[in-house]
Amino acid sequence: MMRTKVAWFTLVVLAGSLLFAALSIPFGDPAMSDMDDYFIAHGQEQTGANNIVTSIVFDFRAFDTLGEACVLFTAVFGVSVLFRLRKKGEDYEYE
Amino acid sequence: MSDSLSKIIRTTADVMFLFITVFGFYIVLHGHLTPGGGFQGGAVIATGFILLIVAYKLEDFLGWFQKRTFQNCEMSGLVLFIGTALAAIPLGYLFFMNFLNGTGGLFGQAVPFGINPGFLNTAGTIPIMNIAVGIEVLGGLSIIILYMTTGIRSHEEGE
Amino acid sequence: MIDNLPFLVVAITILLGLYTLLLKKDLIKIIMGISLIESGVNLFLITLGYRWDSIAPIFTGAPSLAMVMPTVQALTLTSIVIGVATLALLLSMVMIIYRYYRTTDVREVSKLQG
Repeated sequence: MMRTKVAWFTLVVLAGSLLFAALSIPFGDPAMSDMDDYFIAHGQEQTGANNIVTSIVFDFRAFDTLGEACVLFTAVFGVSVLFRLRKKGEDYEYE
Repeated sequence: MSDSLSKIIRTTADVMFLFITVFGFYIVLHGHLTPGGGFQGGAVIATGFILLIVAYKLEDFLGWFQKRTFQNCEMSGLVLFIGTALAAIPLGYLFFMNFLNGTGGLFGQAVPFGINPGFLNTAGTIPIMNIAVGIEVLGGLSIIILYMTTGIRSHEEGE
Repeated sequence: MIDNLPFLVVAITILLGLYTLLLKKDLIKIIMGISLIESGVNLFLITLGYRWDSIAPIFTGAPSLAMVMPTVQALTLTSIVIGVATLALLLSMVMIIYRYYRTTDVREVSKLQG
């Protein structure tokens, strides 16, 4: 089957590139860490929180968290629309 | 699906629900001191509610907790989160400014910099936002599982 | 080579997810593949921020001041919650599809094809 062959070809190419990348990245020694060093050095005095991850999530990058809360709200909204209560005999219209 | 599970499981769920809830609120409240935070703690508390949903009949669970309770939990969490962020603007700061830190009031104790044993009354608005997000995630995850369980049941009763 | 073992685990996890996504025909298995790719990405983010001989970036009773990078951990936290949200929506849609087709095979769900 053509589709299966294309899928296997894509998979093999991706496997090669991913394994090459996995073997060539140096582990345990990140190259660019200026921002994180700044957070570790100054995060506690600027936010007062001992947990630097929390101070990033809720202070430095709080807009990110706001968007994430909105995503969670949207998911709940979507699930509640999908499983809304129907009257007896009411059905989906898909034709 | 409409039957509840055996008495052993129900009793275990009863006992474990208290500990799971207390542990979740501990994680939420100590989010600025120890590993954890609003999301993780809220997920732990939601796990307690999901344990009750699984162990008991759905009608029993809906007799104890209304769907509206969880919806209100989520709404109030989101409103508290955005309200805390917006409260900085009338006080003359920017959006999401940590205006309570170091003022000496609520959550405003000055923190000793560097390694310290951890004090609960620090970190300004971060604990408030932790609590807000914890309440929101609690309501959100519980209501997702509740709706999905309702969907399974209405599916099994047939169209 | 052996130092790169975490990255190898990431690559293998993502490849398993891609294999499931590309070659399986069951909707539940496709969702499992998506979750596997997501776990691989989360693990990749955490692994990128690791530094040798470091501790978690928390000052409460810390034994030393050499800490791993905190930003990637915050990003992973965001990613996990978004993953839960998408997983709930996907599974709900599969439940609706199963209710009307009585199957989760993508070849049988024919009304969605154009």
